[in-house]
Amino acid sequence: MFKLFHPNRVFQITSKAPKYVLILFVIVLSVGLTEALILSPEDYKQSDAVRIMYVHVPAAWIALGIFSSITFLSISGFIFKNKNFFLIAKSLAPSGFVFNIIALVTGAIWGKPTWGTWWAWDARITSMLILALFYALYLISWRIYESEEKVFKITTFITILGIVNIPIIKYSVDWWNTLHQPASINILSKSSIHSSMLFPLLIMTAAFALFSLLIFLMKYNTELIKIKNKGLDRL
Amino acid sequence: MINKLLFMNGYEVYVLSAFGFTLLSFSALYLITKIQFIKEQNKFVAKFGSLNSEKAKSAKSQRINKEILANATNN
Repeated sequence: MFKLFHPNRVFQITSKAPKYVLILFVIVLSVGLTEALILSPEDYKQSDAVRIMYVHVPAAWIALGIFSSITFLSISGFIFKNKNFFLIAKSLAPSGFVFNIIALVTGAIWGKPTWGTWWAWDARITSMLILALFYALYLISWRIYESEEKVFKITTFITILGIVNIPIIKYSVDWWNTLHQPASINILSKSSIHSSMLFPLLIMTAAFALFSLLIFLMKYNTELIKIKNKGLDRL
Repeated sequence: MINKLLFMNGYEVYVLSAFGFTLLSFSALYLITKIQFIKEQNKFVAKFGSLNSEKAKSAKSQRINKEILANATNN
C-alpha cells in the first residue's frame, strides 16, 4: 500500500497541485475575511474585539492538529521504517509553527482589550508557548543533524515528548482556573457559539487549512527535489 | 462597509493588527517556501545540465526527474 504513496509516484500530483490550492485558498479566504470583518455580528460583551477570534481560534486548532499529525507520522515512520512519513512530517512543521506563533500573538492582542493585559502566565497560554518551543526544537533538529538515522530518532523523541502537552492545552481551561475562557465549540455536546459566528469561524478554519496544505505541498516538493539533487551527485 | 472596517467601536487597532499580523505571516511563509523551492529547482537544472550524455540519459529514465525539469521550464 505504501508503494502507492511513493515520492516518485506522488510528485506528478504534488507538483501540479499548489497552483490550484492557491486559487482555492484565495477564494475561501476572501469569503472568510468578508464574513469575519463585515458580515458577522459583534459580541454583546466583547463588542468588535470578538472578531480576533476568527484568526486566533483557527490558528490554534491547526497548530494542534499539525503537531498531532507530525507525532503520528514520526511514530509510523519508525514502526514501518518508511522515510516518506518523516518527509511528510518535516514538510508539515513550518506551517504548524507559524500557526502556533499566530495563535500566541493574536491571543496577546485579544488579551489587551478583554483582560487588560497582553500576557499572563495562564495555563492555556503557557502550554501553547511550550508547544511553540517543541515546534522550534523539531525544526532546529532537522537543520543541525546530518545523519538521517539520528535525525529520525531525535525528531520522533521530540514529538513524543511534545504530544503530552496537547491534552494539557485542550483541558487546561477545565482543569485549572484560568483567564482563558472554556471551549465554546464542542463536537460531542451542544456548542455555546451562535451560528452567525460559527459559520465565519468554520470558513476561516477552511482557509487556514488550505494555506497549510499549500505550504505543505511546496515544502514537500522542495524536499523531493533536494533528494533528487543528492541523487544526481551520486551518478 | 469601509466605515465598518475602520471604526469598530474603538477596537479597530486590535482587530486590524491581529488580521494584519496573520496575513503578513502568511505572506512571509509563502515567500520563504517559494524561494527555497525555486532555489532547489534551479540547483537541479544546473546539475542536470552539467551531466554527460550517458548520465543524463540514465537520470532522465526516472519519471520524477523529467517532471522536475518540465516544471522548471514551465515556471
